Amino acid sequence: MIPLGHYLIVSAVLFAVGSAGVFMRRNLITILLSIEIMLNAVNLAFVAFGRHAGIVDGQIIVAFVMTVAAAEAAVGLAIVVALFRHRESLNPDAFTSLKW
Amino acid sequence: MLPASFNAVVPMLCAGAGALVVMLAEAWRRKGERFPMALLAFIALAATGISLIFLWGRNQVSFEVVTADNFAVFVSLIIVAAGLLTVAFSTQVLERDGIPEGEYYALVLFAVVGMIMMAMANDLLVLFVGLEVMSLGVYVLTGIRRDNLAGIEGAFKYFLLGAFASAFFLYGIAFTFGVAGSTRLDKVAAFLAAQSMTGNPMVLLAMGLLIVGFAFKVSAVPFHMWTPDAYEGAPAVVTGFMSTGVKAAAFAGFVRVFLAAFEPFKADWAPALMVLAAATMIVGTVVGVAQSHLKRMLAYSSIAHGGYILVALVAANQLGKAAILFYLATYAITNLAAFGAIALLGSKDSARDGLHDYAGLWYSRPWVAGLLTVALLSLGGLPPTAGFIGKWYVFSAAVSSGYYGLAIIGVLSSVISVFFYMRVVVMMYMTDKSTGAAPTPVRGVGMVALVVTVAVILYLGILPTRVLNLAAASIGSIF
Repeated sequence: MIPLGHYLIVSAVLFAVGSAGVFMRRNLITILLSIEIMLNAVNLAFVAFGRHAGIVDGQIIVAFVMTVAAAEAAVGLAIVVALFRHRESLNPDAFTSLKW
Repeated sequence: MLPASFNAVVPMLCAGAGALVVMLAEAWRRKGERFPMALLAFIALAATGISLIFLWGRNQVSFEVVTADNFAVFVSLIIVAAGLLTVAFSTQVLERDGIPEGEYYALVLFAVVGMIMMAMANDLLVLFVGLEVMSLGVYVLTGIRRDNLAGIEGAFKYFLLGAFASAFFLYGIAFTFGVAGSTRLDKVAAFLAAQSMTGNPMVLLAMGLLIVGFAFKVSAVPFHMWTPDAYEGAPAVVTGFMSTGVKAAAFAGFVRVFLAAFEPFKADWAPALMVLAAATMIVGTVVGVAQSHLKRMLAYSSIAHGGYILVALVAANQLGKAAILFYLATYAITNLAAFGAIALLGSKDSARDGLHDYAGLWYSRPWVAGLLTVALLSLGGLPPTAGFIGKWYVFSAAVSSGYYGLAIIGVLSSVISVFFYMRVVVMMYMTDKSTGAAPTPVRGVGMVALVVTVAVILYLGILPTRVLNLAAASIGSIF
C-alpha cells in the first residue's frame, strides 16, 4: 500500500503548481483552471487523510468541495465573459482601470 | 411545523426562502410589471431578525454542526441589520442606476444566508460552505453593473483573490482533518487539548493556512490587495453591505476557530496575528491618507478598522472578547451610514465619489452633510460617537493584556486617520459651492435609514453600557 506521505507530497506539488499558475499565467481562463487545480490538490489530501484514518468523511467532504468548485467556476466564467465584452482581451494586463 | 432539531437553522431558512421567492417573482414577472421586490426582501430579513431574537439565550444546536449560541446570534443580528439598511438604501439607488431589482435582492439575501451560516458554523466544512455562499453572492453583487468596466474589473479581482484564498482555507481544513480526524470544531478542540501536540508541524501548517484564508476575507495586510479595487468598483450600496456583513461574518468564523478550537496553540498563533494587526493598521491608515477618491479612502479605512479588531482578537481577555463584538457592531453601523450617504448622493452618470465632489455639500444638502459628518467622526473615533467607545475598549483590552506596542500603534494610526476623515468634513463645510450639478436630493426610505443609523451611532457613543453588556455576556460564556 502507498503510504500517506506520498499522497500528501503529490497534493502539495499540485497545490504549488496551481498557485504558481495563478501568478504566472497571462490568460484569465488559465488562471481559473489553476485555481481548480489547487482545489483538486486539496481534494486529494482529503481523500488520503480519510483513507488513512479509515473513515469515510474525507470522501464525503470531497463531494461538497466539488459542488462548491462548480458554482465558483460558473460565477468566475460569467465574470470573465463580462470582462471580455469590454476589452475583447483575456490578458489580465489589459484591465487596469483601477489602480492603487 | 419543523421539528425542534431545526431551531438553529430557522433564521437561514427565512432569509433563503425570501431569496427564492424574490428570484421566482422576478422570473414570473410580466414585462413592464412592477413588483415590490424591496418590500419582499425587507420582510424576509425582518423575519430572520425576529427568529434570531427568539433564539437568544437558548443555545440551540441543529444537526450538531450549526449552533445558535448567543455569540452567533449577536453577530447574525449585526448581519441582518446590515442587510436591512442595505435594502433601505437600495430602493432609491437601484431605480436610478438601472440595476435589476430581482437579481440584486435575491443575491443580497443569499449572501446573508452564507454570512449567518459562517457565524453559526460549528464545523469547518459548514464554515467553508457558508464562506462560499456568501462570497459567490458578493462577487456577483460587486459586478452587477455589467456595463461598467470598473465594476466588472473589481468583481474579477475580488473573485480571483477570493477563490485563491478559499483554496488556502480549504487546505488548512484538510490538514486539521488529517490531524484531528474530524472537521467538527468541538472535536478538534477536545483532540488538541487532550494530546500535547505543541510544535507539531501539521497543526502549525493547518493554522497558518487557515489564518491566510481568514486574513484574505477580513482584508488584513498583506492580503488586502483586492479590497480597494472591489470597494471602488462596486456600487456604493454594495460596498456598504460587503464592507460590514462580510467582515462581521469572517471575524465570527475567525474568533470561533481560533478561540475555540485552536485555543491551546495561542502561543503560536498570537505572534502571527500581532504582526498582521500591526501591518494592517499602519498600511490602512498611511495609504488611506494619500487617496483622493472617497470610496477608495473608505476602503483603506475599513482595512485599518479590521486591524483594530485583530488587536482585540490577539488580546482575547474578557474585555477584548466583548470589544470584538462591540467594535463589529459600531463599525458596521458607521460604515453603512457613510456608504449609504455616498450611494444616495450619486447619480446615474456620476458616482460622486471623488473628494472634490463633496465641496460645499453643506450649502446644497445640509442634512445629508450633517449626517455624513457624524459617520466620518465615528470612523475617526472621536467622542461622543460609537467609534470612540469601540476603540477605547479595544485599546484598553490590549493594554490590560500587556500588548503595549499594539496599543500604541493603534492609537497613533487612529490619530493619523482622523486627518483624512476631517479632510472630507472640511471639504463639505469650508469650501465654496462646487460648480458641478447639484447632488441628487435624498428623501424617502433612504433618508429614514440614514437618520436611524446616525441615531444608533450617537446612542452607542453616549449610552454604550447596555450593548456592551450584551456583547460581554454573549461571548464570555462561550470561549
